[in-house]
Amino acid sequence: MASTPHIADLGQDYAERYGFHDPEEYFHRAPKGLSHEVVEMISRLKKEPEWMRTYRHKALDTFLAKPMPTWGDTAMLEEIDFADITYYVRATEKQSTTWEEVPENVKRTFDRLGIPEAERKFLAGVTAQYESEVVYHSVKEELTKQGVIFLDMDSGLREHEEIVRKHFGTVIPAADNKFSALNAAVWSGGSFIYVPPRTEVAIPLQAYFRINAERMGQFERTLIIADEGAKVHYIEGCTAPVYSTNSLHSAVVELIAMKGARIRYTTIQNWSNNIYNLVTKRAVADEDAVVEWVDGNIGSKLTMKYPAVILKGERAHGEVLSIAFAGPGQHQDAGAKVTHLASHTTSKITSKSISKDSGRSTYRGLVKVRKGAVGCKTAVQCDALLIGSQARTDTYPTMEIAENDVRVEHEARVSKLGDEQLFYLRSRGLSEDQARLMIVNGFIEPFVKELPMEYAVELNRLIELEMEGSVG
Amino acid sequence: MTNDAKTVFTCANVRVWVADKDVVKGVDLAVRAGEIHAIMGPNGSGKSSLANGLMGHPLYRLEGSLTLNGEDVTGLSPDEKARRGMFLAFQYPVAVPGVTVASFLRAAVSARRGAEVPVREFRKELLEKMAQLDMDPAFAGRYLNDGFSGGEKKRLEILQLLMLKPSFALLDETDSGLDIDALKIVAEGINAAAQQDVGMVMVTHYQRLLNYVKPHVVHVFMDGRIVRTGGPELALELEERGYDWLEPVAAAGGA
Repeated sequence: MASTPHIADLGQDYAERYGFHDPEEYFHRAPKGLSHEVVEMISRLKKEPEWMRTYRHKALDTFLAKPMPTWGDTAMLEEIDFADITYYVRATEKQSTTWEEVPENVKRTFDRLGIPEAERKFLAGVTAQYESEVVYHSVKEELTKQGVIFLDMDSGLREHEEIVRKHFGTVIPAADNKFSALNAAVWSGGSFIYVPPRTEVAIPLQAYFRINAERMGQFERTLIIADEGAKVHYIEGCTAPVYSTNSLHSAVVELIAMKGARIRYTTIQNWSNNIYNLVTKRAVADEDAVVEWVDGNIGSKLTMKYPAVILKGERAHGEVLSIAFAGPGQHQDAGAKVTHLASHTTSKITSKSISKDSGRSTYRGLVKVRKGAVGCKTAVQCDALLIGSQARTDTYPTMEIAENDVRVEHEARVSKLGDEQLFYLRSRGLSEDQARLMIVNGFIEPFVKELPMEYAVELNRLIELEMEGSVG
Repeated sequence: MTNDAKTVFTCANVRVWVADKDVVKGVDLAVRAGEIHAIMGPNGSGKSSLANGLMGHPLYRLEGSLTLNGEDVTGLSPDEKARRGMFLAFQYPVAVPGVTVASFLRAAVSARRGAEVPVREFRKELLEKMAQLDMDPAFAGRYLNDGFSGGEKKRLEILQLLMLKPSFALLDETDSGLDIDALKIVAEGINAAAQQDVGMVMVTHYQRLLNYVKPHVVHVFMDGRIVRTGGPELALELEERGYDWLEPVAAAGGA
């Protein structure tokens, strides 16, 4: 009956819970800056096949040739100093499959973040990435028996080169945008998942990403393939220490849902407020396939991320459900893209953003329906909640509909956490803080109810922390 | 209500400003436990401003003094007043999407009692009170006032009144927007609250609620003031004669 989980732990903040860092004693660390030498070094260290080495170098050329985006928060983007970032850092010599083998300082970090505990409780497989490499990886035996492959991307490339070569970069080519080119040049870590036909992974697989070093770049690369009729749910979470300098996180995530397959990809992004989070995520859905992006952005300095679904086969369905919380100094520029290529495909985009104090949120969406794709349906809903007089939100919903036989619904709403709602709740005895939190929790409820219980509680707790000390 | 019932609420010299305009120009009230007062007056006379101002709405500036159960509550915030036993049933209850009626009420009841109410005990009481108001149990799982009809909103206000058990309640136009069946149910709820010793001030400009709830005291409110106070018979007189005959009194600055 109650929808708002009760949360203890009041009064703790990001710095204490996630903002700590370990001494930077690393096994291998590339020199600062980006060059063909650094790319070469990464590829050699990983003993990659020639095609991947060439792919990386070509991608670097693309990155260098492409201008920075001229849209979005260009002022913030210009602050990125690509020469002052370390592109590859390996903390440990090898990957571990038991927590005991993980080096003490790294283990302490993940212990503090509650990862081993989460694995024991409710996950089918876990991968934990620290800086550039996956340091821990484990998967339940049943899954391996079912033929499910769940590896870090580097091991995926080594052990399943044929599958990787066939699909890598097919959904998001290196040249897609400047940051996908950057990722293609210096990628390291991330997950590789293959689920065989008609196989259901009943409990979620999880990846946890941690940046520890200062002025670091993390460029994980994830490829998930659900074969015909397969089903999988993947969850990722991320945190980093609080530094005064900025770090860069630029991931590429490709999902391939074959005929009748179902993929749900859930993200709880909680980077510290010194991280640029510039991520490209895209899925291709074949006939009758379903792809769902459940995307929560709480942290980072600037996020630019628009999870996309290409509905390639008839009756495919794509869904993007996102929330963004922009506190002081943060800009959450998020949204969704759906392309209807085939007939009778359907999509739904629900975007909720909260901007507090000087926080800024932007919804940027694109829905395309190709000529000849008949009987398509799409529904877009954006809700923005503003807290405080300085908070800002912008909505850029673009529709390119080249077909007449299509049903389009669009709804956008901006509301202010207002005096009337607060007065109503306070007149029932709730304190001002309690009332604000209740309103915000209610606002994100449609998102929270899609999360597994543990994540729902965690997310509500994060929001509670963000809401503390709101201006009245 | 008995004659020796204790006084639960008083206000003296109450003035209320909205922006720079004085809309309530000096009101005194004393309400005893279980006593029902009706404040009747034409639209725009300042009745709702009085209710909002007394509860502490931030856009209504209040002057004067208030006591609740003998304690001075003049400077307290709305939530402190509520926790000490003051309640306002809203004319236009506010929607809070995503928050269920049950979770909201449990938080409110816990705040009022100063301790977390056990789920089981809360649920039992909630279902009882909902049955009393002829509400479907599924109502508890709906989002607070979100997409509610006018009648559902008003019923929910009365449900809150019964659950929170205040010592003093202001009911702002609780009868507006109700059909006759809903009106009867809401009236029963108000009478039940009076039985539980809640002192109440009902603000209304219709006589019709008073067919089902018998007030002990009736005040006529015009141009920001109480211009006449009497027993239940005064409400009937207003029904017959309207408010015009009292205009000279209002113009002279009240009773």
